[in-house]
Amino acid sequence: MENSKNVCDEIVRISKVNPRKCMKCGKCSGTCPAYDEMEYHPHQFVYMVETGDIEPLLKSKSIYRCLSCFACIDRCPRGVEPAKLVEAVRLMVVRQQGNNHLKPDDIPELLDEDLPQQAIVSAFRKYTK
Amino acid sequence: MQRIGVFVCWCGSNIAGTVDVVKVAEALKSEPGVVHSANYQYMCSQAGQQLIKDAIKEHNLTGIVVCSCSPRMHEATFRKTAAAAGLNPYMVEIANIREQCSWIHKDMQEGTEKAIVLGRTAIAKVNLNAPLKPGESPVTKRALVIGGGIAGIQTALDIADAGFEVDIVEKKPTIGGKMAQLDKTFPTLDCAACILTPKMVDVAQHEKIRIFSYSEVEEVKGFVGNFDVKIRKKARYVKEDVCTGCGLCTEKCPMKKVPNDFNLGMDNKRAIYIPFAQAVPKIATIDADYCNMLKNGKCGVCAKVCTAKAIDYTQKDEFVEEKYGAIVAATGFNPISMDKFDEFAYSQSKDVITSLEFERLMNAAGPTAGKLLRPSDGVHPHKIVFVQCVGSRCASCAEKGKEYCSKICCMYTAKHAMLTRDKYPDTDVTVFYIDVRTPGKQFDEFYRRAAEEYGVHYIKGMVGKVSPEGNKLIVQGSDLIANKQLKIEADLVVLAAAIEPDKSARPLATMLTASMDTNDFFTEAHPKLRPVESPTAGIFLSGACQGPKDIPETVSQAGAAAAKVIGLLAKDKLTGNPCVAQSDELMCNGCSSCEKVCPYGAITYADKEFRGPNRTTLIRRVAQVNEAICQGCGCCTVACPSGAMDLKGFANKQIMAEVDAICK
Amino acid sequence: MQVNEYKPKIVAFCCNWCSYAGADLAGSNRLAYPAEVKVIRVPCSCRVNPMFILRAFQRGADGVILCGCHPGDCHYTSGNYYTRRRMALLFSMLDYLGIEKERTRVEWVSAAEGAKFAATMNDFVKTVTALGENKRLEDLRCKK
Repeated sequence: MENSKNVCDEIVRISKVNPRKCMKCGKCSGTCPAYDEMEYHPHQFVYMVETGDIEPLLKSKSIYRCLSCFACIDRCPRGVEPAKLVEAVRLMVVRQQGNNHLKPDDIPELLDEDLPQQAIVSAFRKYTK
Repeated sequence: MQRIGVFVCWCGSNIAGTVDVVKVAEALKSEPGVVHSANYQYMCSQAGQQLIKDAIKEHNLTGIVVCSCSPRMHEATFRKTAAAAGLNPYMVEIANIREQCSWIHKDMQEGTEKAIVLGRTAIAKVNLNAPLKPGESPVTKRALVIGGGIAGIQTALDIADAGFEVDIVEKKPTIGGKMAQLDKTFPTLDCAACILTPKMVDVAQHEKIRIFSYSEVEEVKGFVGNFDVKIRKKARYVKEDVCTGCGLCTEKCPMKKVPNDFNLGMDNKRAIYIPFAQAVPKIATIDADYCNMLKNGKCGVCAKVCTAKAIDYTQKDEFVEEKYGAIVAATGFNPISMDKFDEFAYSQSKDVITSLEFERLMNAAGPTAGKLLRPSDGVHPHKIVFVQCVGSRCASCAEKGKEYCSKICCMYTAKHAMLTRDKYPDTDVTVFYIDVRTPGKQFDEFYRRAAEEYGVHYIKGMVGKVSPEGNKLIVQGSDLIANKQLKIEADLVVLAAAIEPDKSARPLATMLTASMDTNDFFTEAHPKLRPVESPTAGIFLSGACQGPKDIPETVSQAGAAAAKVIGLLAKDKLTGNPCVAQSDELMCNGCSSCEKVCPYGAITYADKEFRGPNRTTLIRRVAQVNEAICQGCGCCTVACPSGAMDLKGFANKQIMAEVDAICK
Repeated sequence: MQVNEYKPKIVAFCCNWCSYAGADLAGSNRLAYPAEVKVIRVPCSCRVNPMFILRAFQRGADGVILCGCHPGDCHYTSGNYYTRRRMALLFSMLDYLGIEKERTRVEWVSAAEGAKFAATMNDFVKTVTALGENKRLEDLRCKK
């Protein structure tokens, strides 16, 4: 739990997103084109970071289903920017060594029709740096 | 030299417990100007006050210092005492030796020493006090109400019923405002016209009320009790006193394609029009932007058919100048523009409408004669989706939405949903909500009835996207409780648009020097204790121009504003606070620094003649303070670079003397 | 022991609507603060001319504190904003002249904050006492 809190603080720090601004209207989830692909949905991402219940999210594949289309950022009435939060969550997974969901070597195995191209591209972008 | 009397109060043991009052009275006796010093157990009592009165007469005192409790407690008492003994009440100063001395110190010596310093400070100030007389100004016993919606109507009626003359200025050709456009009103569902139009007729027939319709306030000068207002009566090209309102011209006018703003552009009117059948005043108006006769001199049909000979194409804007004692702002609200909300496809589809447009669609006098038909193809919709909080509670982008809750949307959406299900039980109605906010008498019961009795589907979630597909609208939204994303095929989408203050409010506030908040709502003098007054004296607030309000709230606020206006107009003279700023014209160089910092616009400039060297005359621009407007904050005195501005009762020299006395 | 005997002279300007009422409330609640603090009542914090503060230091004050309504709560709508700007300038100038910036202070005290008033004054007196006597601007001709 202590660790979860630190992870959440770090996500908030690197994303510069304040999840407390969320008024739980659900417009992000109403707008998300990848909603049906996800186990957890954009409004839940924000809620999980806010409450510190981050472990299930880190383990979930939902975060890689986000297309980074930024529709949620555009339409959120409170300026919460869920897509930025998702990007930070993905980055946290990468940073937690040995706990990676996406090692470069594993990627070929994961390539299937369900995985959005953009998630793979953004993963590659991170590893080549 | 002043002859000062010092009166030290024991306040029972409250002061005497930690302050040696006898010693204080003794020590202060030797201060400059002091000719008499006394102590008594309760100075504020009848006997204590008598003691002061007697001393004033016996010792011929010109100023008194009372060492007692806080001036916030008994300054007024002792001022009255002094006045009763023939002394100017502003020659009284209080040394606060209870709240700020005896009550916070335990040590007798410490308390006594501090009390002596505080007494000395008050004596130093009184030595420089001058008798002050509160300024008096007469009150013009007439009120101006700006805006002729339900707020303005109610305020005007209440003031007029008390016997004062009222003028209403309305920029549209008729009074009635937004309420005239509504179909039914929550929570009782009585029709808006049935309760509003009798009030409009009352206004028209009231002998104390004049209506300036199709008019705007052009200029406001003066101050509380004495406003000079210039009103522009816009040319309507119809003689108001001749037109009978028969409406023949509005049927014969060949210019048929003029968007009807009363129906929010959902149908057309003629270039000469009467907004609606119950308009007050019922006079035709020509829309100069569309009239062929006014544009290129060809037509003249209305003049030919008018049996009363009321048409006058040469009419010009007229100006009326009038005096008022009080002004009420009742400028109301408008729904915000939906242009920036692309996600709801408002500009792409005619079948995405705002709630006010829905109101017109449901209204028997509206473009569809009360039949609920889709604007695009005139077909009855079977699936309607209502979206709440469109632009309300929106903090992400100031150009798009408003940060505040618009307050009325939850209730009118419940009303629309209920009325639809009542009239057309075959229609399926869904409401997307973030929160349903229904505080108010019978409000929550009303909302629950919509859900329970009328079977309206309430979904907790927000619509993310509306996309037109064929003659359907695909509404994509979230259902947060089912944790699902929904795609609904709808025939009609109704957006509960946020409301904002009318655009005319901002320039009006500048004219009135009334303050506004960042959302352009008028600010009240105190959010709790003075909710219907502007901080600017003589300006009152009624209705939604102060914040979002429903009809019951607007009417009660309108009545409250009227009561405040009546309270003001009932006075023959206004006595002000005499502690106001004063400009020394010999020192003033007319730089305008003081004018810029004054929050009340109390400072004006005048060119005055001064004697120069060698019998010459100089004309200089100097500041003048209007004592009726000045509230005595003293901000200008500090801004003045030449030291010409001073505050009576808290003069530079007086405060400096206090500083000196403390530091002695 | 000597430090204890030193009693600073402190002038407090309080606006009539918030801070003076706050000071009264501190009294009503019997919240003690040192007797060295003497309050001058002004209609608004914006009435306080920088001249008054200079005068206080000239006459031997060791600290000057200015209390007004919280930003946004000014009885005269905007007075305390002017105060904030004016004092920022004045205090930086006084600092430049060698009057430590701890000797001057602006605090927002509402009519309900008696406890804050007392705490502020206790803290201010402690700070000024630690700094000792102010001799920088003092005009010795004013002392008899």
